[in-house]
Parts: sequence; C-alpha cells; structure tokens
Amino acid sequence: MNERIRIGCGAGFSGDRLEPALVLLQQANLDYLVLECLAERTIALAQKRKRQNPPLGYDPLLERRIELLLPDLIARNVRLITNMGAANPLAAAEKICGIARRLNLSITVAAITGDDVFHLLSGDEKALETGQPLTASGPLVSANAYLGADAILPALATKANIIITGRVADPSLFLTPLMHEFGWLPDNADQMGQGTVIGHLLECAGQLTGGYFADPGMDVPGRKNVPDLAHLGHPFADILPDGTATFGKVAGTGGLLTLATAKEQLLYEVMDPSRYLTPDVVADFTQVRLEEVGPNQVRVSGGRGQAAPGTLKVSVGYDAGFVGEGEISYAGSKAVGRAQLAGAIIQERLRDRFPDLRVDYIGSTSVHRTSFGEYPDPYEIRLRVAGKASTASMAALVGEEVEALYTNGPAGGGGARKYVHELVGIVSTLMDRRTITPQLTLFQS
Amino acid sequence: MTVKLYDLAHSRAGDKGNTLTLSLIPYNADDYELLRVRVTAEAVRHHLRDIVAGEVTRYELPNLPALQFVCQQALTGGVTTSLTMDTHGKSLSYALLEMKIER
Repeated sequence: MNERIRIGCGAGFSGDRLEPALVLLQQANLDYLVLECLAERTIALAQKRKRQNPPLGYDPLLERRIELLLPDLIARNVRLITNMGAANPLAAAEKICGIARRLNLSITVAAITGDDVFHLLSGDEKALETGQPLTASGPLVSANAYLGADAILPALATKANIIITGRVADPSLFLTPLMHEFGWLPDNADQMGQGTVIGHLLECAGQLTGGYFADPGMDVPGRKNVPDLAHLGHPFADILPDGTATFGKVAGTGGLLTLATAKEQLLYEVMDPSRYLTPDVVADFTQVRLEEVGPNQVRVSGGRGQAAPGTLKVSVGYDAGFVGEGEISYAGSKAVGRAQLAGAIIQERLRDRFPDLRVDYIGSTSVHRTSFGEYPDPYEIRLRVAGKASTASMAALVGEEVEALYTNGPAGGGGARKYVHELVGIVSTLMDRRTITPQLTLFQS
Repeated sequence: MTVKLYDLAHSRAGDKGNTLTLSLIPYNADDYELLRVRVTAEAVRHHLRDIVAGEVTRYELPNLPALQFVCQQALTGGVTTSLTMDTHGKSLSYALLEMKIER
C-alpha cells in the first residue's frame, strides 16, 4: 500500500485557465492530476452539440488541454482523471489517442460511460424542483446520471494513463484514486466522507488557493489580500492512508492557502453541511478540522459519513426557448433619469409580447436587484433589457428595440449592443442506482 | 454600535438550481457567538427580502467556526433559465455582507 498520494486539481470548470495544470504537472511531483470541467448546464449543451454533430459533444477545450499536458503526463507517469468527456467520452478518448499518435506517444485511455440515461426516462418522472413531471418543463434534450467512484474504480485497475468520464459527481473524481491506492472500501462511510471532503475542497481548483477570495478594499490591511493573483497556483493535496490530507500549492506561484480560503471553499455550494449527498456517501462536514501547518499549508481531517443513497441524481436538460438581450449606456448629469426613461419606453413597447420582460440598470441594481437604499447615483449607467421567446427571431426583438433607442429614445444613449442565445433549462430527478450500469471501454494510441 | 457584516466576516455564495447558499465566516473566531446571536435565519430573510422569495435555513458550524445560509427561491428560476445578469447569484455574498448588526 502507498504511504502517501498526491493529487492536484488543474481545472475547476470548463473555461478554467490552462497553464496552472501544467505548473502542477511539471513542479508538484503529482501521482494524479484531476481536471473538473463539467457543470450541470455544460453537459446539456454538450448533448445538443452531439446531436447536431455526432463526433462531438466532449469538452470544447479537450484538445488544447490534452496537447498541452500529454507529453509531461507520460514522461512523469502521472495519471489524469477528467470529466471532459461530457456528452461523449468515447469520442473524447479517440480524440486523445489521435493526439497521442501525432506526438508519437503510446498511451491507454479508459472511457467511462453509462451516465447517459435519456433512453431510460419516460418523462413522467417527477422533477425535484417543481414536483411536476419532467416533460412539463419543456421538450427534454438530455438526461445524465451522476455516477460515483464505483464507476471509475475499475478503470484505475487497468493500465490507463487517462481516465475520461461524462457526468460523475465532482468529489468522486478525487475519492476514486484514494480507494484504489489505499484499498478503501465503499462501505467504510467515514473514509468515503473524508475522501469527499478532500474532493470537495479540490474540485474548484483555484478557489481553494486564493482565487475568488481577494478584496483589496478592506479597511483592515491584509485580511483579504492575495499575492500575485495573476499567477494563481492551483492546489494539490497530500493524503495519508488514514485520510488526513495536507493541502498546498507550488512554491513560487501566486495565491494564498489559509484557514479562511479553505473555509470558504469547504462551504461552497453546500446545503445541509451534515448531509452532503454524493453517489458515494452522505458526507458530514460538521466535524471537519482545519489546521494551518505552514505557509500555504492547511491540514484537513475529520470528514465523516453515512451510507450512500440508493438513488442517483439525474440532471435533465430541456429546451427553454431563446433569450434576447439589449444594452445601452447613459452618462453625465441625470444619467439615471434618462436610463429609467429608456427602460420605461422599452417596457411600453414590448410588454404585450414579453410578459416577463426584465429591465436592469448596470452600475446600480443589476446584480443584487437592490442597493439597500444606501448608494448614491453613479456617474454612468447602462440599461439592460432581457426577454424570453420561443423563437430566435422573436427574442431578437428585445435587442432591436433597445438599439432603436438611439433615434427613438432619451438623449445621449451610447454603446448599444444586442444578443440572442439559446436557453437549455435543467431539472433533476432521482433514479434507482441498480437501473444504471456504468461501462468501461479501453482505447490505445 | 452598528457594524456591517463586511467588517466582521467574509462570505462565498454558491448555487444549486434556484437555491442560493451563503457562508458567513468571522475573521476572528471570537465574533462567531455575536454572529450566531444576531445573524439569525429570520434576520437574513428580512435583509434579503428583495432577493430571496423563499425560506432561509441556517446551519451552525462551530467547528470552523462559520454559519451557512440556504436560501430557497433566490435565483429567479436558477442559472439555466434566469433572465437576471448574475444568473448564479455569485455576487450575492456581498449582499449578505451589507447587513448591519448591533455589536
């Protein structure tokens, strides 16, 4: 049995930066590199891409990330686990093998499938969010079950250099190598719980090491200062067989890893901290202990758990029509009054066709939907209007009306922009896990 | 003395569908008890009344120490279909930190 495993997380979402993974790979002496790139909506959009073009449906940055990392992955014998397969892990595995052949590298890629359960749904299942049948939300376009560590584990028993999945629970990407290396068993709920805490802390990459934390305006100096954010380093964890983990980052990279950054990430997207549900365990974060054991070093222990649920969560995508948006700016004296007049004009022109039209004032109340009545009017302000429609041409009317404010609205409007994009909604349902069968397929370059 | 949460604590927002999660983490562990007493689920529900349409549940984590708030019907439908600018509600951590309490 190994005495210590080092796992790095080089990406925490589909659009994450490419370079930090290479820094980890070249300088952190990793055993495993994980790239977490698949959000709920990302996979539904990927399913739509696959439908339009069957060889696609994997992560749009797959080729760029693999081309960058593959030579060092092989030279340093580091295994990569990633959910960049998105809607098409098999095509992603073939693509990776193609890149390897071009680079004259001999590799094995394991693709995990079985998360696509679209064919197993009738549409009459109840959506957790609405209590209504799934089809009541709209025409269904995708259904992907959150697979767990049990789906990935067989791939680690092979010679695969790269394990590529579709929808799996994010912490499972990190828990699986611990089970493989330390012989942890699925029915040891406390080990599954601690492994899930480790995975949860790593899964958003830079969000553990000072990304999304800095606030230079603080009156108390140093509280939220993060050094050299431009060169933010992503985290790794050294895990012992008892599950104790020490988190760190590569010396010389930017960022900050402290109790404060670790606490923010531990609670990120957590509902009931005593019942964090994954396919592997019902994890309990309420006994977790965090200790700063050195500069940019935090030790984590005390994750617990209860037996895994008998159901798996299924993320279901549906067509939700189109959204049209338009924006225009006003500045100088009484800018807010002119923007508000523009907003009122648009509402009058569009309200018959867009009952849910949304009017926001960027620079004032657009993201919090209030300013708590405390802040003075800004020097400049940007009107932003959004509306939903069943067709793209209908949605385009919103931006067209905003643009037309140039000659049909208040004085001094400038910088009009208009956008239309397709909406894919997401609802969830639960499925008996026994009806879902993960599969492993090996590819060689 | 009235003090803004911004001066006592930090926060990160997260989203699950139409549900918003907000952590509240004191800079000094000594302030945890003050936050626990003053920043109740009801007080947060009132402070965020223009943002959160549903219930607010609070969880206590004395082990960190920190408080965690789970706010239902907070994201105008959720990230995938909301018409708002910040569909994830990621910026709303700073809406919580606008709250004032007596110290």
